[in-house]
Amino acid sequence: MSHPTILMCRPTFYGVNYEINPWMHIRRQPNRPLALRQWKSLRRALQEEVGATVHLCRARPHVPDMTFTANAGLVDGRLFIPSRFRYAQRAGEEPHFINWFRTHGFRIVPLPDPLRFEGAGDALFVGRTLIAGYYFRSDFQTHEAVGRALNVRVCSVALVNEYFYHLDTCFAPLGSDSAIYYPPAFDLYGRRLLKETVGDLLSVSDQEAYQFACNAVIIGKKAIIPKPCVRLSRDLRRRGYAILPLDLSEFMKAGGSAKCLTLRLE
Amino acid sequence: MPQEIVELHGHLIDSLILPRVLDLIMNFKASYQIQQMQVGIRQQDPSHARILIAHEDSKTLETLLHAVARHGAEPVERKEAHVRSAVRPGAFPPNFYVTTNLDTEIYLRGRWVRVKNPEMDSGIRVTHARRQAETVKMVNVRKGDRLVVGGDGVRVIPLEGRLRPDDFQFMTRGVSTEKPKGALIASLARWMKRERRARRPILWVCGPALVHTGAGPFLEKMVRAGYVQILFAGNGLAAHDIESALLGTSLGVSLREGTLTSGGHENHLRAINTIRLAGGIRNAVAKGILRSGVMFACVRHGVDFVLTGSIRDDGPLPEVITEMREAQAEMRRRCRSVGLAIMIATALHSAATGNMLPARTRVFCADIQPGALTKLMDRGTTQTAGIVIDVQPFLRELLAELRIA
Repeated sequence: MSHPTILMCRPTFYGVNYEINPWMHIRRQPNRPLALRQWKSLRRALQEEVGATVHLCRARPHVPDMTFTANAGLVDGRLFIPSRFRYAQRAGEEPHFINWFRTHGFRIVPLPDPLRFEGAGDALFVGRTLIAGYYFRSDFQTHEAVGRALNVRVCSVALVNEYFYHLDTCFAPLGSDSAIYYPPAFDLYGRRLLKETVGDLLSVSDQEAYQFACNAVIIGKKAIIPKPCVRLSRDLRRRGYAILPLDLSEFMKAGGSAKCLTLRLE
Repeated sequence: MPQEIVELHGHLIDSLILPRVLDLIMNFKASYQIQQMQVGIRQQDPSHARILIAHEDSKTLETLLHAVARHGAEPVERKEAHVRSAVRPGAFPPNFYVTTNLDTEIYLRGRWVRVKNPEMDSGIRVTHARRQAETVKMVNVRKGDRLVVGGDGVRVIPLEGRLRPDDFQFMTRGVSTEKPKGALIASLARWMKRERRARRPILWVCGPALVHTGAGPFLEKMVRAGYVQILFAGNGLAAHDIESALLGTSLGVSLREGTLTSGGHENHLRAINTIRLAGGIRNAVAKGILRSGVMFACVRHGVDFVLTGSIRDDGPLPEVITEMREAQAEMRRRCRSVGLAIMIATALHSAATGNMLPARTRVFCADIQPGALTKLMDRGTTQTAGIVIDVQPFLRELLAELRIA
């Protein structure tokens, strides 16, 4: 397996300045120093326990959600498909990410306007099949363009629960043919499609799903999991995973956790 | 029959998009015909389908078209909304488009534009060089306003289904005198706490029966506990509440003894007059003349109240808006930010407010007459819950559920 490389962005300007998902409440602000400590613990776990290289994209004011780099776009090899955000509040992040990827030697492959796509938050590889979520953020119509650009098969799944508004909140690949997921976040067709496409599916409990169990960062046989998700930790340990539990409570206030704060570059 | 041809493009077979879209079409009880179907050859190749969808009701078709669009089925011919100028103030052009209380979008200059301030029984006014749209009432149309006519280029957005067990959905199943009232009231209490935690305003629409039945003190407690941000009422509720505060009676009936007091039928006039002498309810509170009751608590706790007049009013109290258009405008303005509306014991005021609220506002209605509830629940959305109950025990139990002493 190639050496894992991850893009993160310091939560310097992180805060809940608007409400674009049901987790966000302006009156429930994250504790900034605690958020920074939690973010640093994630970076440390990635660097020291997982052995990944972490690149940073500079945080900018007025785009508090830039720390959730999973939504910068979708990366495959040296190709970068930039996100086009549904909500204007996050649109300001786009030029900064495009700039970072361009200056780091990636080829930018834009999607046609006015289609919306929210990157690795909504599209995840299981082997060489791309599972792509749509409805709340990404448009279904982008999936074909993404599939053509990367020359991969795309399986589109509709997200039906607004608390699980990005695919990475309810689905996480484990290996080339396995994944963890939260079935109630998908409709009948989505569940059937996932069962047919992914050989080995492990479901998470209701309680742990709402604690972002599926937003785990899984690299090789190491899994960074939100701390309260003990059942998932136990299930993965039984499958030979080394578990690194982390508390990312302050990021839950914006509707994200470990996976959302990272973007796999390699 | 209204119809539209939509196109689906993508991994239709693999991703089960086609069966999903067909399911949606059937759920809406529309009919369809697959006009074209081309299946991709290699696994990466997309498939293409063209489907004709028809439904006898154009509004239902519009809603369905929006629903399938989210799953990738776009109309082949994207028609722009037709717009005509108003030739005189206060009147729409002929064949004007009439809105529902659901979110609506119109296709303008190559993109879908959300219509601002969703409200039923209104027209759609297009502004800013055909880039923005908003609802407009007939009476507020200005000469030269550009208004949407016909049904082309308009689509209605259904309320998002909530998959997480939602108390409100459980409450909205039909009107019946035989529903478990305790459970309904407990659900309402939970909703109120949720709204208050999220600091969203709760709107109350109340009729004078609230005061006559002695439930005034309960509403007062609700105000003090911070569960009332906006109040719509009429001269009746305010006048009798003030009568009870100043003279201990409502419509002359002692609220303590329940008997008609001697000379009591004059009491409400005396109460109204006292307020008129003081220069209004707010002045009366400031001067210490009005020292208790619902209106007193509203002034003290910054409740935004709108009192609207009716043809049978005595007085009325100075704060009562007697010009109907002005009253509607004042109510309408406040309806936009409300997440939960609680309507008690007033069929007409509730209906008026219900007509102004967007479909996504949750409405809870309590009335002793099933008819009042049915009228409101026929708004045509799933967001209205009703309970047939006497207002006094209803508020008493609601306070208990909210743990307000």
